[in-house]
Parts: sequence; structure tokens; C-alpha cells
Amino acid sequence: MDLTVTIGHIKFKNPVMTASGTFGYGEEYAEFVDLNKLGAVVVKGISVRPMEGNPPPRICETPCGMLNAIGLQNVGLKNFLNEKLPYLRKFDTKLIVNILGNSLNEYVTLSKSLEDAGVEGIELNVSCPNVKKGGIAFGTDKKALAKLVAKVRQSVKKALVITKLSPNVIRINEIAKIAEEAGSDALSLINTIPGMSIDIETWKPKLAHMTGGLSGPAIRPVAVRMVWEASQAVNIPVIGVGGIMNEQDAIEFFLAGATAIQVGTANFINPKATSDIVNGIEEYLKRKEIYDIKEVIGGLNAKSYNNPND
Amino acid sequence: MSRYFKAKVTKNFPLDHKNHLLCIEPLESVVKPAPGQFFMISVSNAYDPLLKRPFSYFKKTSDGIHFLYAVRGKGTSLMKDLKHGDIIHLVGPLGNGYPKPGERSIPLLIAGGTGVASIFSLADELSQEAYFLQGAKCKDEFIMTDELKGLKSKPIMCMKCTEDGSFGGKGTVVDILKEFLASGSVHIGSCVLYACGPKGMLESIARTAHDYRIKGYVSLEENMACGFGACLGCSVKTVNGYKRVCKEGPVFPIQEIEW
Repeated sequence: MDLTVTIGHIKFKNPVMTASGTFGYGEEYAEFVDLNKLGAVVVKGISVRPMEGNPPPRICETPCGMLNAIGLQNVGLKNFLNEKLPYLRKFDTKLIVNILGNSLNEYVTLSKSLEDAGVEGIELNVSCPNVKKGGIAFGTDKKALAKLVAKVRQSVKKALVITKLSPNVIRINEIAKIAEEAGSDALSLINTIPGMSIDIETWKPKLAHMTGGLSGPAIRPVAVRMVWEASQAVNIPVIGVGGIMNEQDAIEFFLAGATAIQVGTANFINPKATSDIVNGIEEYLKRKEIYDIKEVIGGLNAKSYNNPND
Repeated sequence: MSRYFKAKVTKNFPLDHKNHLLCIEPLESVVKPAPGQFFMISVSNAYDPLLKRPFSYFKKTSDGIHFLYAVRGKGTSLMKDLKHGDIIHLVGPLGNGYPKPGERSIPLLIAGGTGVASIFSLADELSQEAYFLQGAKCKDEFIMTDELKGLKSKPIMCMKCTEDGSFGGKGTVVDILKEFLASGSVHIGSCVLYACGPKGMLESIARTAHDYRIKGYVSLEENMACGFGACLGCSVKTVNGYKRVCKEGPVFPIQEIEW
């Protein structure tokens, strides 16, 4: 049974990763999940300086999902390297650090420091919808995105450069191509979808920030569609994320073209979701008498379908 | 022993038109809850409502772990329909719980609404002189359970009040608290406040604590997704920056909170 997948020069023991922002820096889940079992841990996005995040309320539930406006609260680069990284390095799993910044220089500083610290991959957050700065300008502006990815690519030699894409674009295939041409080793998509909820008793927005990012099962069909479109457009691996709750959902993403998947909101409902999904994928392969996950990747035969958005 | 566990519903019944009691029997060993801690409870196995809901630990007996809840929205509406034998998932016990009062201090326990469950969990473990102030809007909303009556066997003096005076004294718990402090019945310097209830009540108590220079603790609540410190959704502003209600809380020193 071969669950390994390769992205760039890194071989992952299985295609299950955590989604940034939902797994903290790993420690909170260690009592529920054997972190050694995961293909990779992707941690909460790091900025150069600590960020305190948005005022509460920061979250609210929506049908089959939730909105979040956490506001990129994080401990900052220095504290991450000194306090969080040593803990994570105790585990036999690949480490991918999500990074965010207001300027190209900040992304470069973060990338270089993290590569020096030995992390296997860097995930560029260019798509977080929750703060006025912090990345949204890069993610929906083609030129800015290309420049950013190229600059980060230039500054790291070994670490994987994974560009995390926003769903808030008209043509994901074009954005995907730009991120590939600029030098990404892989793409991860989708980030949350901008959304809003209003309290009809108080007439106030449910989030202090007004809008937030929608995640959970509600967004899965959007994510599957975008993963499919992006993987048709590029040759580099695509990492699928968006509402994956169990192994059935994960398989859908593999069939759509994802080389690996990230599990996010599901962790809040079942803190063991990531390891349950690793087990579940194995069970599925056994049942289908397939012995290598790579045979499932891109398994959707879409040659006869026309994409109406082209 | 895991903090994520399956449990069987053993009791679930209304106490009055709004408040209910839920009792669950864990199907595996669980960590013993401390006063002031809470559990995340699943109200549905479907994807809607998606998230678990946080409820204060009330009491543990041979029947299982008890929770008090008011039916407010989607989640609690479903909760009231859980039947004996239903299997649900919980995460807990979570949070920091109330710091144990020093032997020589006089705890002033203040409860509003369903906050009474959390405060009771503390009262139940005390054997020193203490005062338990419980308030509600009116008699209809006043929660009284057998467990609360059981406090009579302790050196805890219970004072009840309703805003309209239909049950107990007339006024809010804060009115009763101020009267009590002004009466000289206790040595204020030995008092420590413990409060759990609606946000407005806690803010008034914080002002009173400040005016009388009394130390104390409040138990807060906030919308939660994970409940165990990972998502940062439940953060509250304190004098030391944002803290997680589910992890550094739900109990905070009164003077730390920026209301």
C-alpha cells in the first residue's frame, strides 16, 4: 500500500496535511492525533511581527460551515522560531509554514529565515480575505502575484514554494498558470470564500469585522471545481483544500487532480479528523483493490467535458 | 483517557419553560472535571449545525456528567430533543476552571441565568463560609434544581433575588451584592468574588469590585469553534492582549478584562 506523494524534491509519507489556521502550531492537537502519522503539518500563518488579530466576535456558524475573521493573529517570526518550531521538530512529519506580509521584503525575510531553520516548505498566503493589508492585494492582482512568487522563488534554494490561491477570482486557471510560471513548486487551493452574516434581532453583523472567510462542507463543491480547473491548467502539483470532512471528500479531490489535500474546519468538529482520514484513505484503496494513491490522482476522466467558463 | 470521547445520553428533561438538564454517561474514561471547566457538546451528527456548543460543567454523579442549558437557538433546540440512549461526542473537560479560594478567604459566589451551573460546581467543593447570590429577571426565569437546594448542608448562605421581586429579594444580583457589602456583615478584605452569568451582569460586578477594591474572578463565554485553543475564534481583550476564553479562560481575574 503506497500512500506516498512527491511535491518538488520532497516525498511525503501520505497526502494528508493540515490546513493553515486550523491547526495552530500543532501542540493543541498532540493529545488527539499522533502528529507522526501526518504527511505534513501546515501551521498558522506567520508574519514578521506578531499580529494580535481582530476584535471579537471573530467567528459565527453558517449552514454547513462557518465564517471566521480571526485577523491573522500569530506569534510572529521570532517567537515561532524560538518557541513553536522546536516542538514541531520532535515529530516525524514534514513542516510547511504559511507566511504573510505587507511587502515583498517581508515575504523574503520570512522565506529565508524559515528555510535556514530547515522547514520543508513555505506556503504563500496571498489570499486571506480578512485584513485590509496582509495579502489580499497580491492574490487578486496578476502582476503583483507573479512578482511575489518570483521574488520568493529567488530567495529560497531548498524549501518548497507553495502558492495558496484565493477562490475570489474569475478565472482560477489563469491565476494558477501565473503562479506556476513565476516558479511555484505547487499550488494549494482554495482559501476561504468571503462571506457575511447578519443578526436579525440586533440588526448588527455577526462578526465585528463585518465580513469573514467561509469554510466547511458548504464550500466543498466550489473547491473541487477550482482544483479540477487549476490542475487542468498547470503541470505542477495541486494541493486541494475546502470542506474535507472525511476520506470520501478527500478522494473526490484526488480524482479532481489534487496530489495532496489539507484538512481544516473538520478538525474543530473531530480533533482526530486528520488521522481518521489517513486511515480512511487506506480503507478505500483496499476496498477498491488499488495499492498506490497515485493511481487515484487525476482519475476523473474529464476529456469529454467542456468547461463553460473557458 | 481522552478528552475527545463518546457518551450516552442518560437524562434530558426541562426544568421550566426555557431551561433543561442534560446528563451524559461517558463510554470511556474521562478526566475529572474541575469547577469552572466546560465541555464542547455535539448537538447533531449531521453537518448542520456544524459546530459543537460549549456548556459549563455542572456536576458529576454515578449517572454521569450534568449540564444546564437554556434553549436559545438552532443548536440548543436540537439538544432538547436528544433522547435517552442517544450517542453523542464531547470534547473536555476544557478551560482553566476557578482558582481554589484560600482557606481564610470568604468566597462571594454570584450567578445569573445558566451561570448558576458553573458557580454551583465551585460551591459544591467548598467547605468554608461562603455566600451564594443567585438572580434572574423574574420567578419564571429563576433556575432552581435539587442540587442547588443541597447547598443548604454547607456553611454557604444563599441569597436569591429577581429584578421584579416576584421571587426572593427585589433587584439584580449586583444590587444585592452592593447591599451586602455595605451592610458590614463580612470583612470585605477577606472577600473574593466568583461570578458567572450574562455579560452585562459581569460588567456591573467588575465595576462594583473596583469600587470596593475586592479581588475576584469572572467566567466568560464567547462563540467557539474548536474549544481547545487552536482556532483563536474565542479571543477576548485583556490588559495583556488577546486571550482565549477556551484555554487561558474561561475564568479570568476581574481586573484583567477590558470591558
